[in-house]
Amino acid sequence: MTTAPYLIVIGGSAGGLHPILTLLPGLVASLPAAILIVLHRQSHYESVLTDLLSAKSALPVKEASEKEPLLPATIYIAPADYHLLIETDHTFSLDDSEKVNFSRPSIDVTFTSAALAYGSRMTALLLSGANTDGTEGLIDVHDAGGTTAVQDPATADSDYMPRQAILHAPVDIILQPSEMAAFINRMAEV
Amino acid sequence: MSRNLISEQEVSLLLNDILERYGYDFTEYAPASINRRVNHLYQVDRFPSFAEYRYRIISDPAYALRFVEEITVNVTEMFRDPSFYQALRTQVLPVLATYPFIRVWHAGCSTGEEVYSFAILLKEAKLLHKAVIYATDINAGVLEKGRKGMFRLSQMQQYSRNYMESGGREDFSSYYTANYEYAKFREDLGEKIIFSPHNLVTDGSFNEFQLIICRNVLIYFSKKLQDRVLTLFSDSLEQLGFLALGSKETLNFTSVTGKFKQLENREKIWRKVQL
Ligand SMILES: C[S@@+](CC[C@H](N)C(=O)[O-])C[C@H]1O[C@@H](n2cnc3c(N)ncnc32)[C@H](O)[C@@H]1O
Repeated sequence: MTTAPYLIVIGGSAGGLHPILTLLPGLVASLPAAILIVLHRQSHYESVLTDLLSAKSALPVKEASEKEPLLPATIYIAPADYHLLIETDHTFSLDDSEKVNFSRPSIDVTFTSAALAYGSRMTALLLSGANTDGTEGLIDVHDAGGTTAVQDPATADSDYMPRQAILHAPVDIILQPSEMAAFINRMAEV
Repeated sequence: MSRNLISEQEVSLLLNDILERYGYDFTEYAPASINRRVNHLYQVDRFPSFAEYRYRIISDPAYALRFVEEITVNVTEMFRDPSFYQALRTQVLPVLATYPFIRVWHAGCSTGEEVYSFAILLKEAKLLHKAVIYATDINAGVLEKGRKGMFRLSQMQQYSRNYMESGGREDFSSYYTANYEYAKFREDLGEKIIFSPHNLVTDGSFNEFQLIICRNVLIYFSKKLQDRVLTLFSDSLEQLGFLALGSKETLNFTSVTGKFKQLENREKIWRKVQL
């Protein structure tokens, strides 16, 4: 089984669900990348979230399990109450250490670990939110040669998180929710 | 802006040093988490270079101990995942009740919150008097805390909620006395708990149990090490004994899958059906 050669990690907090629901229907099934969604939320709505995203997507949607290989054209959701890490052999690991930025899963933790595993073959996309999670991770993604993208704060329900990122991290591109699917699909052409 | 991170190769150098000098073997842990912890400690302790970090670990046994205790994750809670404790109450304790003497092993028990939670279940089922609970961990520091049976008072509201969700009917605060910032749990709950060091990587089986609880420990191990530790658990269980894992851990697709049958619910509890 060959694991996904590319990776897209999407991180969102308050208001992050809306752009995700906007971009999912536009993704193409030939995508050579795995897509990983790290969304801050209450732990109670687990299965509901997977169902909700599945209904919007032609690609399979599942919760990431530990030791599972990352496959292309598959959408993985970080489980509630664990940090999600990526190993250099392109499998998932879970970690239940302290919260980071008051969050578990933390977007920073996944961005940074994905950067170490995927280097220039990854893109991090940071969405709407009301805290500072994601900024430090974007710096690590950039340093490892990956691409950094942020939701246009003007389109975000909570603009604090994308604004912080734009202020403090090297951001390659700022996107409207309506542009996100096309931006991701471009990977299918390389 | 950029951060000065230690590479995975450098981390393996340190893990080899720790193994050769001090005998703790972390070389078969899942690398991503260890990597993160090693980097975190490097930053917190403000080492100017990797070489100095490494020198300190090699030359200072007290610091090496700190390193060992910091790179493992010790986070824990009372009655974490209430539905798991509910399943223990309704599906496991009635079976344990049929034995004249109950032996339980909590492997990777950390500071003991989980062990005290289980002791409360046994107490309420009137089984604690005929039970002994071995609570083990690699980290001597957390075991010392477990022996004290004192947990942060600020957590008690959350724990009390978890306890009630798990089917608890008593007043949770009757199990402890508040003491400044701490809740000291009742002596009678701790009487049957033996806290002692045990390293799942290097130490063997030390008894036969009817129940082994090992939650959120295997996620930190490689697949190969998981298989080895699961074999250790299987060898340490009586026929028809129970093995309970964390909510994201599984016995499926492992070396012992064929010997176990999962209980009929969605909780991570298996029964050993084959010797
Ligand atoms: C995240 S805590 C889990 C605590 C508790 N079981 C729970 O689920 O809340 C993991 C524990 O495993 C322990 N541990 C890690 N490696 C170990 C080993 N090789 N042998 C025994 N314990 C180990 C750590 O010291 C830590 O206390």
